[in-house]
Amino acid sequence: MIKNKVISRFSFLEFKGVFENYLFILPAVVIFALFYIYPFYEIFNLSLHEWNGISSVRQFIGIDNFKEIMQDKVWWSSMWNAGYITIIALTFQNMLAFSLALSCDRDIRMRKFYRVIFYLPPILSEVVVGLVWQWILNSGVQGGEPIGLLNYFLTKVHLYHLVHNWLSDPKTVLTCIALVHSWKGFGWGFIILLAGLQTIDRQLYEAAQVDGAGVFSIFKNITIPMMMPVFILVMILTILGSMQVFILVLSMVGQGLVYHTEVPVTRILVSMMGTGRFGYACAQGVVFGLILIIGSFMIKKISAKVKQE
Amino acid sequence: MKLSLYLNRYKATKVLGSIFLHTFLMAVAITCLFPLIWMFRSALMTNQTIFVDKGIVPSSIHFENFYLAWTKGGFGMYFFNSVVYTVCVVFGIVIISSLAAYAFSRLKFPGKNLFFYMFLIAMMIPLPGSFVPLYVLMNKLHLVNTRIGYILCMINVGLSLSIYILKTFFDKMPSALEDAARMDGCSKLGIWLHVALPLARPAIAAIVIFNTLTVWNEYILATLLLNDKSLMPLQRGLMVFQGTHSVDYPLLMAGLTITVAPVVLVYLFMQKHIIKGLSAGAIVG
Repeated sequence: MIKNKVISRFSFLEFKGVFENYLFILPAVVIFALFYIYPFYEIFNLSLHEWNGISSVRQFIGIDNFKEIMQDKVWWSSMWNAGYITIIALTFQNMLAFSLALSCDRDIRMRKFYRVIFYLPPILSEVVVGLVWQWILNSGVQGGEPIGLLNYFLTKVHLYHLVHNWLSDPKTVLTCIALVHSWKGFGWGFIILLAGLQTIDRQLYEAAQVDGAGVFSIFKNITIPMMMPVFILVMILTILGSMQVFILVLSMVGQGLVYHTEVPVTRILVSMMGTGRFGYACAQGVVFGLILIIGSFMIKKISAKVKQE
Repeated sequence: MKLSLYLNRYKATKVLGSIFLHTFLMAVAITCLFPLIWMFRSALMTNQTIFVDKGIVPSSIHFENFYLAWTKGGFGMYFFNSVVYTVCVVFGIVIISSLAAYAFSRLKFPGKNLFFYMFLIAMMIPLPGSFVPLYVLMNKLHLVNTRIGYILCMINVGLSLSIYILKTFFDKMPSALEDAARMDGCSKLGIWLHVALPLARPAIAAIVIFNTLTVWNEYILATLLLNDKSLMPLQRGLMVFQGTHSVDYPLLMAGLTITVAPVVLVYLFMQKHIIKGLSAGAIVG
């Protein structure tokens, strides 16, 4: 009898303890369920509906939204635009970041100074970066003199043929956006790549030098293979970041968007706020998310194969 | 003789190489700094001189743009809002994520790993366009155009990563002090507050830095959820300003300087911690 009582008391205490433990994660789980899991479910649910965001009736239309996306030329051209920005970020931005990281991975003066300065653009917001560069690239003219600094500079050094409507010419605007995006992003790649370089054991380099290996051979046979995992990480994060660029586009070319500067996220915004098609916007989000996931998986697979060979 | 010649040549190539290296690094450093300097100097001009005077140091310096931007431009209000959002969100994230991370690392309950992996997976799946259903949800909850709605959404944005950083930190932390506190009859909540949190200070510093920057720089949710000018944070205010037809450039540049100044100043003072904290966040993110 007494023994029974003790046991039941004990299990009650245990139950109370477990219950208390749940209370620790409760706030996090509630917020997560409400603001992540529910929208996650809803984006798939809405993508199967036609809905204007206001009316109480949501019309179920199956996969019609997805069928429409397949034929949406503006959508796929926006995908190309983002792809273009991503390719410039992958090549120009990452190559710059890696060469800077290589330069700073040795005993040179002012190494800390460079590190601090290179990491300045990444901590600025896209709105700020876009507006400041829009001011520098401005192609307006006031009183016969160019307003923007770049065009002013070009006239001052008598390169009149290079003076250009940088942000209103369809031929140059996307490259300008991509370069500004790279300006903002290279410092981030630099920091990660530098951290990766610094984990390589110095003794490896010294041993190779003793064996008479040249600078290039050391770079090819030690630095590159050792850095492979970091390269892959930087590549995937660059792709995910650059494909989803859109605030920079909004702040550099303004809200009056034109087709040749549209990227997928601005298309989703247009579907939602512009044409009021919430279902279609969600379907676009789902398609875009799948493309991003498949893309990063493919890079992981390909790099694993390259490693094996 | 021959040896010294070799040495001289070796030295010469080394010096040449380092000159070349520093020219390259300096050129990039100037490219990083110049737009900010140009922004600041443009903020010191008037609407007349800004189109004429192109010197780095303006011929006449006008600080009144900052006053005008702060009052007439509404940047004082935007600044206040940004501070409110940043403080509330970061405080909320630190409390909620450290509670959860402590439980995931130290306490026992069924389904612990399941819950933790849920947060982990959320961190890895890119969900572009998630702002659409989020907006729908906030509309349903009547939280559009309210401070609390925006704050809750932003807490969620930073939550997963913060839980992950804190959990890995707690995992590495020895639990001797906590055990001692438990022997002394300290409650679980007491141990979390008095023992675990103070010990996790480096990790908390990292998530404070990381999330402060995220909230201060956030734009899209602020755009969708806040329509009232009196509720807008700085990033949103800048775009409102830019959207008007004839842009008052000196005032816009003053507004940009007001937005950037706290970030840059704090960064320059605490760059060591910030670079460490942010690269940690970037790698696991």
